Amino acid sequence: MRGAGSSLSPRSLFSRLCQGDEIARLITLLFAASVVLIALAIVYQLWVDSALSRHRFGLHFLVTSVWDPVFEQFGALPFIYGTLLTSAVALLLAVPLGIGAAIFLAELAPQRISAVCTFFIELLAAVPSVIYGLLGVFVLVPLMRQDVQPFLKNTLGFLPLFSGPAYGVGFLTAGIVLALMILPFIISVSREVLLSVPRDQREAALALGSTRWESTWRVVVPFARTGIFGSIFLALARALGETMAVTMVIGNTPQIAASLFAPGYTIAAVIANEFTEATSDLYLHALIELGLVLFLLTFILNGMARLLILLTERKGAEVRA
Amino acid sequence: MKRFTGFALALLALGAIALAQNALLINGAGATFPYPAYSKWFDVYHKQKPAIQINYQSVGSGAGIRQVTEGTVDFGASDGPMTDKQLEDFTAKRGTQILHFPTVLGADVPTYNIPGVSAELNFTPDALAGIFLGSITKWNDPAIAGANKGVTLPAADILVIHRSDGSGTTYIWTDYLSKISDTWKTKVGTGTSVNWPVGLGGKGNEGVAGLVKQTPYAIGYVELIYAIQNKMPYGKIRNSAGVFVKADLAGVSAAAAGAAKTMPEDFRVSITNAPGKAAYPVSSFTWLLIPAHIQDAAKRDAIKGFLHWMLTEGQNYAEGLAYAKLPKEVVVKELKAISKIQ
Repeated sequence: MRGAGSSLSPRSLFSRLCQGDEIARLITLLFAASVVLIALAIVYQLWVDSALSRHRFGLHFLVTSVWDPVFEQFGALPFIYGTLLTSAVALLLAVPLGIGAAIFLAELAPQRISAVCTFFIELLAAVPSVIYGLLGVFVLVPLMRQDVQPFLKNTLGFLPLFSGPAYGVGFLTAGIVLALMILPFIISVSREVLLSVPRDQREAALALGSTRWESTWRVVVPFARTGIFGSIFLALARALGETMAVTMVIGNTPQIAASLFAPGYTIAAVIANEFTEATSDLYLHALIELGLVLFLLTFILNGMARLLILLTERKGAEVRA
Repeated sequence: MKRFTGFALALLALGAIALAQNALLINGAGATFPYPAYSKWFDVYHKQKPAIQINYQSVGSGAGIRQVTEGTVDFGASDGPMTDKQLEDFTAKRGTQILHFPTVLGADVPTYNIPGVSAELNFTPDALAGIFLGSITKWNDPAIAGANKGVTLPAADILVIHRSDGSGTTYIWTDYLSKISDTWKTKVGTGTSVNWPVGLGGKGNEGVAGLVKQTPYAIGYVELIYAIQNKMPYGKIRNSAGVFVKADLAGVSAAAAGAAKTMPEDFRVSITNAPGKAAYPVSSFTWLLIPAHIQDAAKRDAIKGFLHWMLTEGQNYAEGLAYAKLPKEVVVKELKAISKIQ
C-alpha cells in the first residue's frame, strides 16, 4: 500500500528504484567502478602486449642496462634510474618553492596580490609541455651550459654529483624543467587546502600567544598536511610521466651515471621516441613492457606515499591524544 | 528544441554531402621522410583525377610496415627495405607478396660546429666510423686532420650527436657505417634505432641540428633536405671511387644510377657507398610498399595508375621539394614492375 503507510512496510526494489535515490546511487557507483575497470583493463592490455619481451627476458629486464634494438637486447634499468632521478630532482626543487609560495599566497599576502599571482600561476599549469620543452632547449640549455653548470663545477665540483663535462642537457636540466612544470600544481592545490583550514584554528593559535608565522607554520600547515601531500603526489605523477619536455633536454642516452650533468633517458621519453619506428615484434613488446614498468612504478610510489600519510597521521593522533 | 532539430538536420545534410562525394578512397601510411613529396603528389593527382583520393599518414616506417601487413591500409611506405622475415610475415598474413617501389632518394650529411673553423671539412670513411664509434675523440686526430690539410683543427673533444627517435635517417647513416667499417657492423649494426656507443640523442632533424648548433665541437648527421632548407654547413665525404663529394641532388641521383646496374628485381637494395665518381656515398631510396594482389579492381587500377604517374610526371615535382629524383635506369625497371600488381 502506498501513501502514509508505505514508510512502515518494506518497500520493494522496484519502488525504491522509482524514487531516484537508488538510481543515482547505482549510476554513480557505475562511474566509479568504470574508472577502476579502465585502469585494470590498461594493466591487462600492457601485460598481454608485452608477452614476448617478458618471456625472453623475465625479471632480468629490470636489472639489465643494455638497450640494443639491432641485436635485440633490452633492459629497463637506465630508464628506471632516469625517471626516478629526474622526478626526485624536480620534487627537491619544486616542493619547498611550491609550499612556500602557497603559504605566502594563502596566509601572508595581501588579498589583491594573492588573487593576481594565483591567476598567473594557474595559467602556467595550463601551458602545454611542448612549450616547456622549447623553452628548455632554447633558453635553459644554453644557460646551463654557459653559466650554471660551470659555476656548480667550480664551487661543488669535488662532489661526484657535479662532475664530468657540461653539455647543457642532462639529468639536472631535465629536473629543472620538470620542477617548473609541477610547481603550479603544488602551489594551486596547496593554496586551496590552506585556505580551507577553518578560521578558528588560526584564531585559537593566535589567542594562545603565537606570532603570525608560528600560527601558520605550527597550526595551519600541519592541519592541511594531507592535502599538501596530495598535491605533491599529483605533481610526482605528472613528473614521472612527462614526455616531450624531458626528451628535449635530457640528452637521450640510456646510461646510469652518478653526475647530474650527465645525459640520461626516461621511460616516457624512450617510448615516445622509438615506438613508431619499432619494426620487430620483440622491440615493440619491450617498449610496451617499459610502459608496464612505468605504470607499476607510479602505483608503487603512490602506495608508499599513502602509507607515509597514514603513518604520520597515526603519529599525529598519538601525540594529540 | 527547435535549435536541436535544426542542428541535427544540418549534420544530416553534411553527412549526405559527404556520402555524395563518392570518391574512391585509398589509404596509406608510413615513412615521415618523403611525406612532403607524397603529400604534394597525392594532392596534384587528386586534382587531375578527382574521383581518386589518396590519404597518407606519416606515422613512421615501422608503423607503416606493420599496418600494411595487418591490412589496415592499402599501401605502406618505408625508408628502409623490409627484411626477409617481414616479407614472410606479410605473405603469411595476407596471402600474397609485397612489392617495393622506390619513389625518391634521400641522403644524410655530416654537420658540425667547430668554433674558429669555417671551412668545409673532408671526412674519410674511417674518420666517420672512428668518430661515431668513439675511438676518435679529438678533432685534431690524424685521421681527420690528414684529409684536411690547410685547416687547423683544435685539440678539443668531439661531441657526437645522433637521433634519439627511430628514423630512416639513422637507418641510412648506420647502413653506410656498417658497409665501411666491420667494427661498426659487428658492434652496432644497422637499424632505425641502434645502441650508439657514444653521443647524445636529439629528437628529430631539428633536435640534432639544434644541439649541434648550440654545442661547440659537436658533430651530427641530418637529412640533406633539412640541411639545404636551413642553410646549414656540412662536410664532404669520400666515396668509394676516392673522390670527396659534397652532397647535392645530382650526387644522390648518381649514386642510384651507379647501383642501378646491379639492382635486384625487387628493388630491395641499399645504395650507400655506391660505385661511381660522382656518387654521394650516404644515399638511399625510400619505398612504397604495395601488395602484389589487390582484391578490389577499382583500387588496383587506381594504384597502378598512380604509380605510373609518379614515375613519369611525379618525378618532376621532386627537385622542387629538394628530393633527388630517380635515375632513368631505375624508372624503366619500375615501370615494367608495375605489371606485377594483379
